[in-house]
Amino acid sequence: MTMDSLLSVRDLRVNFRLDKATTFAAVKGISFEIPRNATVALVGESGSGKSVTSLSILGLLPRENATVLPGSEIMYGGRNLAGLSQAELQALRGKDISMIFQEPMTSLNPVFTVGFQLIESLRLHLGLGPAAARKRAIEVLSEVGIPDPEFRINAYPSQMSGGQQQRVMIAMAIACEPKLLIADEPTTALDVTIQKQILDLIAELQRKHRMSVLFITHDLAVVGEIADYVVVMRNGEIREQGPAQSVFEDPQDPYTKALLQCRPRLDRRPVRLPVIEDFMDGGAHAMNLNERKRGIAAADPIILEVKGLGKDFYSREGLFGRRKFEAVKDVSFKLPKGKTLGLVGESGSGKTTVGLTLMRLHEASSGQALFEGRDILAMSPREFMAYKRRIQIIFQNPYASLNPRMIVGQILTEPMQIHGIGATAQERTELAFELLHKVGLPEVSFYKYPHEFSGGQRQRIAIARCLTLKPDILICDESVSALDVSVQAQVLNLLQDLQDEYRLSYIFISHDLAVVKYISDEIMVMNEGAIVEIANSDDIYSHPREAYTKRLLSSIPKGWHHGNDG
Amino acid sequence: MPYDVPHTVSPGLWVLAWRRLRTDRVAMISMAIVFAFLVMMVLSASGLIAKDWGVESGVNYAPPSFLGEDLEQPKAAKDTAPARSSAADAPTPLDIKDPLADALAEIRGQSGKSAGSATSGADSDIVDPLADVMAEIRAKGTTATAVAARAATLPFGGDKWGRDVLKKTIKGSETSIFVGLAGALVATFLGTVFGAVAGYYGKWTDDLFNWFYSVFTSMPSLLLILAVAAVLQQKGILTIILILGLTGWTGVFRLIRSEYLKHKGREYVQAADAIGASNARRMFVHIFPNVSHVVLVQLSILTVAFIKFEVILSFLGLGVPVDVVSWGSMLNEAQNELILGKWWQLAAAGTAMALLVTAFSLFTDSLRDALDPKLK
Repeated sequence: MTMDSLLSVRDLRVNFRLDKATTFAAVKGISFEIPRNATVALVGESGSGKSVTSLSILGLLPRENATVLPGSEIMYGGRNLAGLSQAELQALRGKDISMIFQEPMTSLNPVFTVGFQLIESLRLHLGLGPAAARKRAIEVLSEVGIPDPEFRINAYPSQMSGGQQQRVMIAMAIACEPKLLIADEPTTALDVTIQKQILDLIAELQRKHRMSVLFITHDLAVVGEIADYVVVMRNGEIREQGPAQSVFEDPQDPYTKALLQCRPRLDRRPVRLPVIEDFMDGGAHAMNLNERKRGIAAADPIILEVKGLGKDFYSREGLFGRRKFEAVKDVSFKLPKGKTLGLVGESGSGKTTVGLTLMRLHEASSGQALFEGRDILAMSPREFMAYKRRIQIIFQNPYASLNPRMIVGQILTEPMQIHGIGATAQERTELAFELLHKVGLPEVSFYKYPHEFSGGQRQRIAIARCLTLKPDILICDESVSALDVSVQAQVLNLLQDLQDEYRLSYIFISHDLAVVKYISDEIMVMNEGAIVEIANSDDIYSHPREAYTKRLLSSIPKGWHHGNDG
Repeated sequence: MPYDVPHTVSPGLWVLAWRRLRTDRVAMISMAIVFAFLVMMVLSASGLIAKDWGVESGVNYAPPSFLGEDLEQPKAAKDTAPARSSAADAPTPLDIKDPLADALAEIRGQSGKSAGSATSGADSDIVDPLADVMAEIRAKGTTATAVAARAATLPFGGDKWGRDVLKKTIKGSETSIFVGLAGALVATFLGTVFGAVAGYYGKWTDDLFNWFYSVFTSMPSLLLILAVAAVLQQKGILTIILILGLTGWTGVFRLIRSEYLKHKGREYVQAADAIGASNARRMFVHIFPNVSHVVLVQLSILTVAFIKFEVILSFLGLGVPVDVVSWGSMLNEAQNELILGKWWQLAAAGTAMALLVTAFSLFTDSLRDALDPKLK
């Protein structure tokens, strides 16, 4: 890259001390440049060292166990940031280089108004007087698109939505006109429509202020629209870097190719998704890229029919009053055997509540759910026990859904024990081994604790736990959303294989429209607790009827869009 | 676990915690000290050491050996008769375990069945009549041998009656540590069960337990203990354990309740619900192991607190009965001795308590660090 560079990283090495004897090399000698007035995307999956890299630029690494090795250079304005004292870095932070984080809710202090926090940083860095700082604060709030900023400046963070909070964070970051803005996964916690707005905002601000942006993300599709240069990292090393066009159109490194291919796409639906191994084995391309047929036919036997499902929550108001909140309103659908119903919507749309209500983890307020003709919502808990095993759920967070104090063996045999599957403990153990094999885990996993597994492996364990009960319906509640793109592809493939083998019916809940499109036969779009649209998945993407669906679809990151291979 | 688990099983929380603990020097030293005290307590309870703590082996107020003989004391040592009469105010400690039975046996041995009416009178007022009777018996029978064995100094000094302070401290540890541990167990058990039920079920169950909690915490705890002690009207180790247990559960309750509130919404508990686990199973098989480290740390903290509480209670005379020695009763005696310049009983009981409590507290801190469930 030959250009006027604003910041250049040369041979950056960062080690983490794990305990007295062992260290872990998080970043292994990387070099890249951030040019003036350009957006650089640093892309990588978890553990790639991308966040460590960004934190080391600002000297924000935890000092008790992280060391930037000598010889590392982070050149900015003729100075090596890696060698500066904390006081010198403090002067740079916020003023020359500022940062926005993934979680706006935890980055803002909840007990101060957003205005107070904004004004504080302005007075600190620019030395403005109270009135001038306030004026400037209102200015930047309006610049980041907060409506009615004179009034909203007095709001507390909790009174704003997630998207607005992230706008405030951006306002704070750009208030002092920094030359470099580091954005660490700024849209990952946000809904897809909000993500689009924030991405547009960052791109617009970058152009307007002629600043540089270092955009850190795990999702290549997100950066396709805004990045000028792309740096792909894996395991602390740079796999590939270059102008966005060449990285997207003509990736050289197999890992980059894999990252581009693993993510489900809207225009194609291979029988199995490609996974990293397909590319890393030196191009042993035994991939089955044939199209998979999806869709619901009228003749499909129905296993679950939901009629007029409703769920109300109540919150206390005043001394005796309570306020009703309708999380799910009059939802009706049919689930055919062996098919997948995708449930999409933004946060707060009630899609998760539908899943939990069908499991009777919440009691429904109204409606019926006919499972083979019998209403499971009206059954007594005793009667429902027999059906409970036939509807299972896989939760979003594989780090939270497995009991950390049980070994995998206990996790897998417990449901069989409760439901009397397998006559003896020996039999149950054998069944558990069989299932581990099925979900692609070695047998020794049986004796391990969940924390010894990666996110994808844990999700496999959760899937195996559901399979112990031989369910007919599997509810996947954002089950792949927390996983890296490559792992996501593996888990989706596994779910697909299991459906092919056992004729499982899935209710697949997700905010990720590309994933839902890939896995679903039929899609139900929800908004504010009600169904917006329900149709075959191909139809909904090619001919959305409702305005809301159209808006949702247009927000999906398109990846690279200057006429590439897709 | 219902099946045979081979040795390839991964180390669980406790093994990992132990490994972390082993690398912590402070933890290991403090644990060794606590362990030594526990061994001492067990040995003393089983009668292997300090069994003869009640023997008046030294002269009255025998000074510690390292100070040499007391200048004033030899006179008293040579002239034992007046010292004897002053000792007669209290029961002779040789028969401390069951003074009434001993007294009865001896009385019966001397005066036959005719003394029956006299002993029934003694029942209502245990200490004084027995002391008189036994003092007389002693004065007749054992004075000569006791005088012969009396030493001018003792390793760590002697008390008012010339009993070995070291042995007394060891015997006292038995009471103090046992009361502390048992009281903490009772309180932790109550707090954990109440907290689990309140936190897990929520709603009116939670309200009910919180109401109890508020009532208990609205009174100063020392006054509450005094009130319970007054109501139970019966001095004894069991009573103290009960008092401490009934008044000490509140802190544990609050903590465990909030842990259960937090955990019941976790996905792994929902997942347990989804596979059909019952409420009890979710509460105790799923959630409890995840909060057990909190319980253990609470148990440890309460033990320290209750050892101190027992000392305070006994010091105030509301604790263990007079025929039982504890660090608290030693400190109580030391109160008067200090005026006479006899500081060793205070020093012995104080040092023992300070050492144990400090070691226990340090160990608790290390334990908490080792159990910190950031197991990722």
